[in-house]
Amino acid sequence: MVGAGSGTEKLKAWTARDAGLVGCRHCTRVSPIGTETCPRCGGGLTSRDPTSLQRVWAWAVVGLLFYIPANLYPMLITSTLGRPQEATIVGGVIELAQYGAWGVAAIVFFASVMIPVGKFIAIGYLAWIVRKPHGHSPKQLLHLFEVVEWIGRWSMIDVFVVAILVALVQFDLLATINPGIAAVCFALSVVFTMLSALSFDSRALWDQIETLADE
Amino acid sequence: MAAAPAADTRLDELVCCPVCDALHELGEVPADTRMRCVRCGTVIAVDRPEAIRRIVVLAATALVLMTIVVFYPFLELRTGMFVSRASVFDTVMSFAQGIMAPLSIAVAIFVIVLPVARLGLLIWALGPLSVEREPWPGAAFALRWAETLKPWAMAEIFMVGVAVALVKLADLATLSMGPAFWSFTAIVVITAIKDTQMSKHSIWSALDRARKS
Ligand SMILES: [Zn+2]
Repeated sequence: MVGAGSGTEKLKAWTARDAGLVGCRHCTRVSPIGTETCPRCGGGLTSRDPTSLQRVWAWAVVGLLFYIPANLYPMLITSTLGRPQEATIVGGVIELAQYGAWGVAAIVFFASVMIPVGKFIAIGYLAWIVRKPHGHSPKQLLHLFEVVEWIGRWSMIDVFVVAILVALVQFDLLATINPGIAAVCFALSVVFTMLSALSFDSRALWDQIETLADE
Repeated sequence: MAAAPAADTRLDELVCCPVCDALHELGEVPADTRMRCVRCGTVIAVDRPEAIRRIVVLAATALVLMTIVVFYPFLELRTGMFVSRASVFDTVMSFAQGIMAPLSIAVAIFVIVLPVARLGLLIWALGPLSVEREPWPGAAFALRWAETLKPWAMAEIFMVGVAVALVKLADLATLSMGPAFWSFTAIVVITAIKDTQMSKHSIWSALDRARKS
């Protein structure tokens, strides 16, 4: 294998770009630089995505904009014997905790509050730090990015919970559950933050480290 | 800086890491070994000779189970004399009224359409390979899209949502799970096993070999 070294040396590998090649992120094949479509899988090729950070920021901001109403408006509207009751995301978590369902309250709190907020901070931090030479370990930054990318989808749990409750609890007069507008805002927020994470070009995490080492 | 590859190295012997762009020269990958990127540790190649057949069998099983999910009852809720049933389809249609209708379409896409599409695309791309036939037209296109759609297929997240909803309702009523519930659970487990069998490099080079022969 090319590029084997030890310790910090490992951070400086011979990249496809150094070799005048462009690697396909869909299928790992390499082509001469300047090739636009991968000959193996037909995917688009870019050596480095120049619009990556702009898209990361744009999607994250839109996601954040939808996250605010998602927390302010009701997620669930429960009517018991004709009396409607509204619950927000945090309200729902508190209610679960009052029932003594601590485990589920923790899952919902984690998926709907901790993950989205943590994700905005993590994406912002990554997009900020890769713009200029930095002394951070790219491996640790990559771990952070992988966690953000993997965990983001799980925020959808709350939207699905609402859908299931609405479908299941339909006892006409006795009790019914209807979705609140926050469900839509929350779903959009999750989709936009996923797009933000998917726009991030992980190869940039190493590029600036190399610049630093070359100087 | 590590040594550049020799000038006479052919392009198809080089593999780039999709995560950090490091270039690797891969010869034969010994059976049952994982090759990781020297720099970022991403798994680049897993050579399991049986992997493709296993992926196709698992995907086909999951696809068959999907028909049960669509046609059989999912959950049933009872309080006294009242009974309320929901199929997966009902769940998807929860948001169908008023301005939230697009959310119903989105849930349908995340929970049913994309998981099914991924299974279908994988079978189309790799099915003929698993029985040592020539790949069908569009195999590369199908395989690329199966991977691209992966983050948007959320069947497993839906099942965790079901678990949360069941706990929320446990005090209110008696619950029972229908056949669709169990097959959906099975699909989630099968899909998770199937995805661990994949390595982009191994599958794409298998497709390459099949196209050349
Ligand atoms: Zn490609």
